[in-house]
Amino acid sequence: MEAVAFFVGALGALGGAFAVVFLRNPFYSVLALVVHLVFLASLFLLLQAQFIAAAQIVVYAGAVMVIYVFVAAYVGGIEEPMFDSAPQLRIFGPILAGLLFIQISIAVLGSSLMGLGSQGVEQVEAGFGTPEAVGKLMLEDFMIAFEAASLLLLVAAVAAIVLAGRKKQSEGAG
Amino acid sequence: MAIEWFLVLSALLFTVGFTGVLVRRNPVVILLCLELMLSAGALALISFSRLHGDGDGQVFVLMVLVVAACEVVVGLGLVVAMFRRRIPLDVDAMKELKG
Amino acid sequence: MNAASWGWLVLLFPLLGSVVIGATFRVLPARAAGMIGIGAIAAAFACGIAAVISLQGEPAESRHVADSLWQYASVGGFDIDLGIYVDPLSLFMVLVVTGVSTLIHIYSFSYMQSDAGYHRFFSYLNFFVFSMLLLVLAGNYVLLIVGWAFVGFASYALISYWYRRETATRAGMKAFVINVVGDIGLVLAAILIFRELGVVEYGAVFERAPEVFTTTNEWTAVAICLLLLVGAFAKSAQMPFHTWLADAMEGPTPVSSLIHAATMVTAGVYLVGRSHPLFELAPAAADVAAIVGVVTLLVAGTIAIVVTDLKRIIAYSTMSQIGYMFMAVGIGAYSAGFFHLMTHAFFKALLFMAAGSVIAAMANMQNIDKMKGFYKAMPFTAAMLIIGALALSGFPGTSGWFSKDEIIDFAAFRGGWYEVLAIAGYIGAFMTAIYSFRIIFRVLPGPPCEEARHLIETGHVVHGEPVNPATGGQEDTEVGYPGEDHHIAEQAPGMKVGMSVLAFLALVGGLVQIPGVTEVITHFLEPTFEDSPLAAMHPTAAEAWKGLAKGGAIALVGIAFTWWLYIGRPSMPETLRRTFRPLHTLFVNKWYGDEIVDFLVVRPFLGLGRFADRVFEPFVINGLTGGTMSVVRSAGGAVREIQTGMVRGYALLMLSGIVGIALYFLIRSI
Repeated sequence: MEAVAFFVGALGALGGAFAVVFLRNPFYSVLALVVHLVFLASLFLLLQAQFIAAAQIVVYAGAVMVIYVFVAAYVGGIEEPMFDSAPQLRIFGPILAGLLFIQISIAVLGSSLMGLGSQGVEQVEAGFGTPEAVGKLMLEDFMIAFEAASLLLLVAAVAAIVLAGRKKQSEGAG
Repeated sequence: MAIEWFLVLSALLFTVGFTGVLVRRNPVVILLCLELMLSAGALALISFSRLHGDGDGQVFVLMVLVVAACEVVVGLGLVVAMFRRRIPLDVDAMKELKG
Repeated sequence: MNAASWGWLVLLFPLLGSVVIGATFRVLPARAAGMIGIGAIAAAFACGIAAVISLQGEPAESRHVADSLWQYASVGGFDIDLGIYVDPLSLFMVLVVTGVSTLIHIYSFSYMQSDAGYHRFFSYLNFFVFSMLLLVLAGNYVLLIVGWAFVGFASYALISYWYRRETATRAGMKAFVINVVGDIGLVLAAILIFRELGVVEYGAVFERAPEVFTTTNEWTAVAICLLLLVGAFAKSAQMPFHTWLADAMEGPTPVSSLIHAATMVTAGVYLVGRSHPLFELAPAAADVAAIVGVVTLLVAGTIAIVVTDLKRIIAYSTMSQIGYMFMAVGIGAYSAGFFHLMTHAFFKALLFMAAGSVIAAMANMQNIDKMKGFYKAMPFTAAMLIIGALALSGFPGTSGWFSKDEIIDFAAFRGGWYEVLAIAGYIGAFMTAIYSFRIIFRVLPGPPCEEARHLIETGHVVHGEPVNPATGGQEDTEVGYPGEDHHIAEQAPGMKVGMSVLAFLALVGGLVQIPGVTEVITHFLEPTFEDSPLAAMHPTAAEAWKGLAKGGAIALVGIAFTWWLYIGRPSMPETLRRTFRPLHTLFVNKWYGDEIVDFLVVRPFLGLGRFADRVFEPFVINGLTGGTMSVVRSAGGAVREIQTGMVRGYALLMLSGIVGIALYFLIRSI
């Protein structure tokens, strides 16, 4: 049962990923990523990270992807030209990336790291993956990271305003 | 399912994302592929968290989410600014770094 | 005040004089500059006398004082002090140098009066005296080299004193370059001394030398002495480093008389005398000194017989007499050599001064063939010339007679092959008589030449066109030097004073060293040379008087022969010239010394310079630097190709790097 769920989720995520890369229209790529994220959330559920899965859907697929949709709509989905200025990239890129995948797989599968072959800890403690557990960890052990993340968000907000602000001189320039 | 499956899947997603970064020319799509890579990393984190029975990995996935969000905001802000200034949305056209 | 303090004062006064005159030359009136110059040297002379008095108060064994102001350098066990060494030999040189310098300063006070560079002259002259005193008072070989170099510079500055004259500047450079060659020898000798003995201070060196050089003529000792001789020969114009002295006559007459007769050229003799313990450990080198001295003596004598420029005759005579001095210190007749140094200073300076007077009367023309009949026109100068020539030839009773023959006696006394040196010495004496009286019999008697007549009739010196005496070309005197007025002794009191004192000393100076009677100098210098076995032996008084008689006879014969040549049979010189034409050509061309040096030394160096300029520089050096540059540039260009500006390309590179690193780690962990 679990294996089926895994394969469905995996195939969905992979399909979404490939779609992002290979669809010509950027708008379709954005939508493909949303699909990918949903299937990824299902995988998270399999790993008993319920809160994270939900947060992923709400924040990532919900908010971040919506920004993408807005921008894609604003900017327009211009079809990319067929011929690359650097055809080598079309060949070597996938080849090298494939090599990287093989290497990482070898590293993972050949690793002597204990328990990779297993399903993990037999008995996870109760409340693993619940919001309480995550929140407790975040606010007790990882307080600084939490605060830093908030600061980062603030900076990003400021940056967004600055970048996208209308400047009188630059309107109509270029 | 054994954890290794999740890890290999994560590696595969990562490489697909990297390929996207290398192959596409539209900055929006490149950013999307970056998101792919980030989410692959998040999957790996969750897998290890489950392996050790430790919730730390999940907390860090939250951080990854935050970072991704910020990066998206800034990146898309740049794209919008480019669009407004009528700069062609093509990373190959921006060659000011040429030595 | 002990002798060392007086020694420092001796050094201080000329230096102060030079600096003061040099610093205030714009505001100081000319006469004041001259007075300061004279005063400085006179003060040094007085301090020298005081030092002698203080030193003579000590018992003979401890009549040497070494004192140092501060440590010059202390590098890895090599200590050099700014130190002086006051002993009879250095004080003897101090007295000779300062005494004769004072008289020459007084002479120059009047002689250089109309020259616009008056202050520069006195400043340089004082500096020269300071350098010479530094040389003789130095307490270690390093400070000696410092003084040596300063003297070389002062000589250069004074030879090219009239620096608008191309011949003068060239002569100055020639003198300096040849001096530097000698300096190299001296420095190498000092390095060897340090390497072998570990010290450079005189006292320590002479103590250690017999301990280190246990056998005679060890090759390092010989090398050291030969290198010292290279320096000495270059400074004292002995063969083969002699070519600069004749050209050095381009300088003003006081310069010629001070530097190139009395003091600087005797520095080489002082060096050998001072280093006598080293030379006695390497008799081969001492013999070389003696032989070179004798050869120079003869060659210079032959040249002096035929050249016609008045100052150059006297210059070659100097070269010849210094040959005598080298012969003396080479064979161990130290006090004789220094005695001759002293008397030579007297009569040679006198001769130059008188020559200066004559040349002034001839409106700066120096060819003796054109001079005649100055006996009536300039009686005082004529008398001075005669006295100088008599002393130079060794006329019985004069100082030259006593000093020259003492040297020849010692050579004969030592026996063996040194007797050859003695015979050469007598031949040289004969030639000396010829060339000195050649001057007299040409310039003084007979109907007065045009310039002399002008002087007799009007009482004023002729004002000729300013010409360069060497080339005869027109000269630019707009700059003010040489000055337009020429001063002759009869009309300039300063010149008269200087010359009279020297004439007196030239006549009477020999009396301090009458064999068997006085021998003041031998006794005075004894403490310096007491460690020398050679100095201990000397011929008996009877033998000495026999030698003196021989010398006097030769002088008289020589004078008579010259009289017969120039006055008895006036056509003889021309006949002789025709008969011995090849010999005459050889002598007149100075035995082709300049040409040989040009061929052996100058041309190879010029060729080397041209090679460096045309081949080495463009191909090797520019090739190396330019080649390296272009390699780097092309490498940079190649690397620059990576920076395409395409971001995706950079990402690809990054990916390949990651793949590579991962590969490495994977392989490693297998």
